[in-house]
Amino acid sequence: MAIIETKVRDAATDELALVQAAKRGDVSAFEGLVKRYDRNIFRIAQHITQNREDAEDVTQDAFLKAYENLEQFQGNSKFYTWLVRIAVNESLMKLRRRRTDRTVSLDEDIKTEEDTMPREIADWSPNPEQLYKQGELKDILRKTIQGLPASFRTVFVLRDVEGLSTEETAEALDLSIPAVKSRLLRARLQLRERLNKYFRKPRGGDGKK
Amino acid sequence: MTCADFLKELTDYLDAVIDESTRAELEDHLAWCHNCYVICNTTKKTIEIYRDSQLYELPEELRSRLEVAILSRCASKKKPSTT
Repeated sequence: MAIIETKVRDAATDELALVQAAKRGDVSAFEGLVKRYDRNIFRIAQHITQNREDAEDVTQDAFLKAYENLEQFQGNSKFYTWLVRIAVNESLMKLRRRRTDRTVSLDEDIKTEEDTMPREIADWSPNPEQLYKQGELKDILRKTIQGLPASFRTVFVLRDVEGLSTEETAEALDLSIPAVKSRLLRARLQLRERLNKYFRKPRGGDGKK
Repeated sequence: MTCADFLKELTDYLDAVIDESTRAELEDHLAWCHNCYVICNTTKKTIEIYRDSQLYELPEELRSRLEVAILSRCASKKKPSTT
């Protein structure tokens, strides 16, 4: 545990040093930050925008905006949380432009039919991911998460896919902690409900193929 | 504890950020309520599958192209500290 804590602390110190050098105009220090986080930013952007070209644009624009506004980064939060905040805003703007028929906002607190109370309670096969080939499984997971409202999808991606803490997610999305928890619960339950039809144990069987 | 109470605490339970006495109550509920047991397990599995699935990985070729584009755009801007 102590070794892990030390590594986390070293990484944070290292990150701060890169940020400070980049603030002085050192592009190669900023390159270190780009290389550290570009995969994460691209994943987040593609999850929110659901479009690869948009995700590419968001990745570029988010880093550029971060670079231009480094002076405003106070160091009260992690650089990564600050960067995620920029990337989420850029992604939502892209989504809004593509969906002119409806507004997209993180403030939406949607109550839906399939809210927190599960409708179908079916046990799943012991290793549901092995029921499908890799490509098929990814298609199912993409299709399923794309069906969630943007506000739920974003919280789920930051917390459960990217591993941000509840506090970091709240900060990146400018939401309260109870709002993050409420959206996360509903996102998780809705995904579970929608995955039932693919992963449930066949009736009378033990789920093995 | 009712099933609705259980669901309310499910996120904190799965994230292991719950006090000892609430955890004991939830586990007591899980011991006899099959429906909540199934919901808890399948929700946990949902999170694990998404976490492990790497749905949108950035291919190395695209990554290099993006990095070049980002850094050349940064270099063409004035230094952040001179703003």
